Amino acid sequence: MAEINRDDVAHLARLAHIDMYDDELDRMAGELAVIVDSVKSISEVAGDDVPATSHPIPLSNVFREDVVGATLTNEEALLGAPDNADGRFRVPAILDGE
Amino acid sequence: MTDLTRFSADALSRKLASKEVSAVEVTQAHLDRIDAVDGAINAFLHVNADEALRVAAEVDRARAGAETLHPLAGVPIAVKDLIVTRGQPTTAGSKILEGWQSPYDATVVSKLRAARMPLLGKTNLDEFAMGSSTEHSAYGPTRNPWDLDRIPGGSGGGSAAAVAAFEAPLALGTDTGGSIRQPGAVTGTVGVKPTYGGVSRYGAIAMASSLDQIGPVSRTVLDSALLHEVIGGHDPQDSTSLTDPVGALVEAARRGEVEGMRIGVIKELQGEGYQAGVLTRFQEALELLRSAGAEIVEVSCPNFRYALGAYYLIMPSEASSNLAKYDGVRFGLRVVPDGAPTIERVMGATRAAGFGDEVKRRIILGTYALSAGYYDAYYGSAQQVRTLIQRDFAAAFEQADVLISPTAPTTAFKLGEKLGDPLAMYLNDVATIPANLAGIPGLSVPGGLADEDGLPVGIQFLAPARQDARLYRVGAVLEALLEESWGGPLLSRAPEITEIAGGK
Repeated sequence: MAEINRDDVAHLARLAHIDMYDDELDRMAGELAVIVDSVKSISEVAGDDVPATSHPIPLSNVFREDVVGATLTNEEALLGAPDNADGRFRVPAILDGE
Repeated sequence: MTDLTRFSADALSRKLASKEVSAVEVTQAHLDRIDAVDGAINAFLHVNADEALRVAAEVDRARAGAETLHPLAGVPIAVKDLIVTRGQPTTAGSKILEGWQSPYDATVVSKLRAARMPLLGKTNLDEFAMGSSTEHSAYGPTRNPWDLDRIPGGSGGGSAAAVAAFEAPLALGTDTGGSIRQPGAVTGTVGVKPTYGGVSRYGAIAMASSLDQIGPVSRTVLDSALLHEVIGGHDPQDSTSLTDPVGALVEAARRGEVEGMRIGVIKELQGEGYQAGVLTRFQEALELLRSAGAEIVEVSCPNFRYALGAYYLIMPSEASSNLAKYDGVRFGLRVVPDGAPTIERVMGATRAAGFGDEVKRRIILGTYALSAGYYDAYYGSAQQVRTLIQRDFAAAFEQADVLISPTAPTTAFKLGEKLGDPLAMYLNDVATIPANLAGIPGLSVPGGLADEDGLPVGIQFLAPARQDARLYRVGAVLEALLEESWGGPLLSRAPEITEIAGGK
């Protein structure tokens, strides 16, 4: 299995939308390499016949009646927003340029 | 007057019912205690004095009017700051949520309000519950009341320290890999992780959704049972909530007997890596339980050695996904870089400024484990290990009614000692993680003080899923036997916290 290096961390940080400075990338790459090294043995433990468990106590068909219950008001939903306008969340430009 | 902060929640409940004391007196006593010692402990991120006293006054009026009240009405409680509360800030220990207030209550908080328990405030934690020491809180570490230079455990160090320092008789915690039980162990208090789905997670800020569980924090086993019955039970707002009734937990704690109970010692959770003083207290606990009529058997869970590795793949994977919502759009911090930035650059800058190092580490690790080409080898394999661990538990519970181990391999370490070594920090959770992976309930009860450092040791019990009552039964027995041998509760031996003025 591939080791994790500085370029990997830079790529992952972009995917995760976290800006990182050079020294942070270096430090994080070192720390993650140690952690990944300690957990990679996991990939060789179980044979193909062992099913995966995604949920400790699986429940099925968790539905409710399709009726409107209590919901937040528009004001409540916007209360913690950094910026809003006309009852909506306001964000900076979605696209570069014009 | 006797110090009201020294009583258990059960004792306070009886004093309130008999009108020997008022809810306002009880609540004020705890607020005064917070004021006196929390400058040294830093267990609270927010103190909710006005509302707590208002609720207490309402309870006193209702009692005077002969209204029927919940037994814990007027008994105050602290809430881990990962659980959302209307009218108080919720930070999750992170700068990214500094000053944020939830527009809704967590289900457990609604239940506390329905029982009319005054909410004393919000307790400190590692940022987004990621840590074993509270040192990853963006608001400074909490200190262990037994030794202010040591960690109170984590992530729920604030809740455990608040209860240990007599700032609150009860608290709520959350446990993803041991965050209720390990702080309980290192502060000489009781902490319970219920069966997954036994207590609603609605309004608990998610770290790893398939592992997270809210549970009680207290000084006695009975008090945890009392609180567990308040917060437990089905919640339609949480699609992972079990539909089972909460069960007779208080009765189990009051009955407390182990005659004929088979207690399985987990072979893999002792020995190398465990401090000598921890193992000595553990052996004593086994002898006491044997003397009370329990049958001690040894069980083997060979796949537990992979539990830590599986956990540190599953947890960051789920966390990286859960924490994607902190993007500077709908709530919390927004950092706008210079120029005319796009929303994408705002997200990158916001998350860089708002998250601490440990949170970033886990998000990156999770993003890695979930990325194309690695998903099967990491996340997929870890989920298979999860199956193997469940099978180990199933086999062990064929031979034993409950399992026992030390809660944590060591006593409280010094602040700063493991901050530079994430892997060493992760090893604190080696004995608590298997329960989260399997969804089973666990309880930590004080086991005494380690000979070499005089610090608390925790004894952990584990039971099959939905059998939380067994934990209270056996926990109450060990607690009673140990307190008899000590001549009183363990916390009566804790040093007096130097009361410093102007706490909070």
